[in-house]
Amino acid sequence: MQRIGVFVCWCGSNIAGTVDVQAVSEALKNEPGVVFSTNYQYMCSQAGQNIIKDAIAEHKLTGIVVCSCSPRMHEATFRKTAAAAGLNPYMVEIANIREQCSWVHKDMLTGTEKAIILGKAAVAKVNLNTPLTAGESPVTKRALVIGGGIAGIQTALDIADAGFPVDIVEKKPTIGGKMAQLDKTFPTLDCAACILTPKMVDVAQNENIRIFSYSEVTEVKGFVGNFDVTIKKHARFVKEDICTGCGACTEKCPMKKVPNEFNLGMDNRSAIYIPFAQAVPKVATIDPNYCNMLKKGKCGLCAKVCAAGAIDYTQKDEYISEKYGAIVVATGFNPISMDKFDEFAYNQSKDVITSLEFERLTNAAGPTAGKLVRPSDGKHPHTIVFVQCVGSRCSACAEKGKEYCSKICCMYTAKHAMLTRDKYPDTEVYVFYIDVRTPGKNFDEFYRRAVEEFGVNYIKGMVGKVTPEGDKLKVQASDLIANKQLHIDADLVVLAAAIEPDKSARPLATMLTASMDTNDFFTEAHPKLRPVESPTAGVFLSGACQGPKDIPETVSQAGAAASKVIGLLAKDKLTGNPCVAHSNELMCNGCSSCERVCPYGAISYEDKEFRMPDRTTKIRRVAVVNPAVCQGCGACTVACPSGAMDLKGFASAQIIAEVDAICK
Amino acid sequence: MKVSYFPGCTLKNKAKDLDVYARKSAEALGVTLEEIENWQCCGGVFSTARDEVATKLSSVRALKEAASKDQPLVTVCSACHNVIKQTNHAMQTDKEFASKVNNYIADGVYEGETEVYHYLEMLRDVVGYDELKKKVVNSFKGKKIAAYYGCLLLRPNSVMKMDDPENPSIMEDFISAIGATPVVYAKRNECCGGYIAMESPELAKKSSNAVIENAKAAGAEMIITACPLCRYNLIKNGADIPVVYFTELLAEALGVKEDTNA
Repeated sequence: MQRIGVFVCWCGSNIAGTVDVQAVSEALKNEPGVVFSTNYQYMCSQAGQNIIKDAIAEHKLTGIVVCSCSPRMHEATFRKTAAAAGLNPYMVEIANIREQCSWVHKDMLTGTEKAIILGKAAVAKVNLNTPLTAGESPVTKRALVIGGGIAGIQTALDIADAGFPVDIVEKKPTIGGKMAQLDKTFPTLDCAACILTPKMVDVAQNENIRIFSYSEVTEVKGFVGNFDVTIKKHARFVKEDICTGCGACTEKCPMKKVPNEFNLGMDNRSAIYIPFAQAVPKVATIDPNYCNMLKKGKCGLCAKVCAAGAIDYTQKDEYISEKYGAIVVATGFNPISMDKFDEFAYNQSKDVITSLEFERLTNAAGPTAGKLVRPSDGKHPHTIVFVQCVGSRCSACAEKGKEYCSKICCMYTAKHAMLTRDKYPDTEVYVFYIDVRTPGKNFDEFYRRAVEEFGVNYIKGMVGKVTPEGDKLKVQASDLIANKQLHIDADLVVLAAAIEPDKSARPLATMLTASMDTNDFFTEAHPKLRPVESPTAGVFLSGACQGPKDIPETVSQAGAAASKVIGLLAKDKLTGNPCVAHSNELMCNGCSSCERVCPYGAISYEDKEFRMPDRTTKIRRVAVVNPAVCQGCGACTVACPSGAMDLKGFASAQIIAEVDAICK
Repeated sequence: MKVSYFPGCTLKNKAKDLDVYARKSAEALGVTLEEIENWQCCGGVFSTARDEVATKLSSVRALKEAASKDQPLVTVCSACHNVIKQTNHAMQTDKEFASKVNNYIADGVYEGETEVYHYLEMLRDVVGYDELKKKVVNSFKGKKIAAYYGCLLLRPNSVMKMDDPENPSIMEDFISAIGATPVVYAKRNECCGGYIAMESPELAKKSSNAVIENAKAAGAEMIITACPLCRYNLIKNGADIPVVYFTELLAEALGVKEDTNA
């Protein structure tokens, strides 16, 4: 028989306001096994914890029930308290009489009655609890970062600086991501390349970092501390270790009509290419969709001009297997397609562009060498209309756009408008907005400067229609403050397209069993308190894969994710969760039902010898659970037809005892 | 194949071309349009007031008759299509409205079971543009034709579910199917002015002219439409290129125009 102590918490007036705590501790005194029962104002406080410790010693308690807040809040606290007093921490049960009781009831009588019932259920369970000991598993001291944009770069650098090896997997031929495409960065207007490319070089030179560019993660197995990952390295038909990045091949390549994705198709590149001058790794890649040698077997010019002999037309995709202790997702974002927003005539006119295209147009390394001209005729635009929230905050048209705010558009549009007015004062600039949202250090000041110092025309209202006519773009819009319709003859229209998670995020989430929201952004373990961890242990989130973010925020989150990874990799062993499934071999009939439902691959089968009552020996196939892999979800216990499978700490008998106590 | 057909008032008077060419062409494509018996005017405009029942009864009666024959209901006029499809949607999704309406319906109830097609949807989804292509005898090869959707044909998209209202292709694909070259222009889904022509002819003129000029600037030699009111406004306001119903071109392409007395 257990000797159980009951501790009822007031939580100030949170619980005591709706639950008669005195009545609860009195009522639970008479439950089977209970030898001590009390209540206190704040059980989680030092004084409260001391009450528990003293009672364990004084009354020789073998189990305790704390009637307090949700176990998510303080179960860990009270387990530690019990352990400090020499009690097995798994002999502690929490009865949640706050979130599930006092907070949802208004009436003291009902609240008290329910609190007593919840307490009785917890006591019933503790009566059947047995001490549990957590197992340990080793930690592979290497991290994987998926995505090589600024988020992935920062995370990798921080982990590497702490002395742990890191691999970056980037699907493009170079790291750098979206930030490499930007011109200047708000609110300080420093050049994006000037602050990013040194970091890219740091990554390349850091001996703790390996870069797998032009590569993808194709399989993830294992669990926190022990992930087995397969990486597919796409054939780039150039030997990476030999190529010097001299660029002779790209000049000689006769196939020069390939849309240049780095400049968003606004100019062309050759079939063998280096995405941009500061690419890391700076090696050439052959685009198999356009290369004549690979498609038709004719050409071979690049191989002829390559002094290093790096070209290899026979290169095949390569699969690499590696073990990791932690995985960081940094898959980033993309602007949404403008196909469904043709009221802005994006598909009808070259002079209707997205903001990212505008970045390339004003970038000194862009298709126009930084000269702001119309893509259609190369002329200088005298009137530019910027449209914000294209596809963002689009609640009325969910099939078309996104319901959320893309967060970065107000600031980069202010930047574009300001820079245009600064460089080309003869250009009239209009910005149409729903709201201007500029919360951030020095952000609102930046926007005010665009309006007050640079004379940008900010108009509250939306553009309804853009009609290309002659060499003008006829913009029809509403000015909500003046309550009138506006007609502007523009030379260039710039659309601040909503941003969405990269398409690779969803299949990756499936591989990692990491959860996502309806917009395909990765979900954090807690929206406030655990913002850089995925609910899946060992998987961390960095940058815009978790939600729209600007660069300063991305870098902060990247650093935070890195510190969590470092904290994990610094451990030699991980304490597991002892509440895992186990199979009673004598009852198991080897049917495989549990193996089929296990989402973690934790169950395997063994042939075992059993001594039969007639003194013969029989070999039977039985289930065995790997406790290091089992996450304790309990799916197998439900699937098992013979009742052999049970969950430690949440055994069927314990659950039924709780139900009985509630229904009594 | 037989389908129920709701022609609408205008198609019996001002817009006879839209109606008769639609029937002839459908016949040539193997679809018989069976006119709903004793149909009444759709009302012209779908009232967004949820408690407005009377003006929606004619649509429900037509829908119910199609349901009794287990046929889809096909319309060709943009306005009729809009009213009937929106009414059908309200019958499917708004229980309170549906029960009020059913109080006025003799023999049984109607709950939105009929499928409503615009004639263009029938061409695209039932007949198929590839099939149509095969049956073209007089191709419009070389002709540059602008599709004019107007504001009503595709909106509201959540109910019409016919095509992307901002970047549609159903009429352009029709134009390609009869051998001509579609002209894409920005104002193809803007309003012609509609009934404002009664109240303020000047305003309607402005809207219609903007459409015509934009289509011409994009190189159009002809404009096609499915809406009698659009055609009226465009012609009334001085279109100097032909504005015709898409069914007329369809009949000509299929070689059934001559034996029709429109």
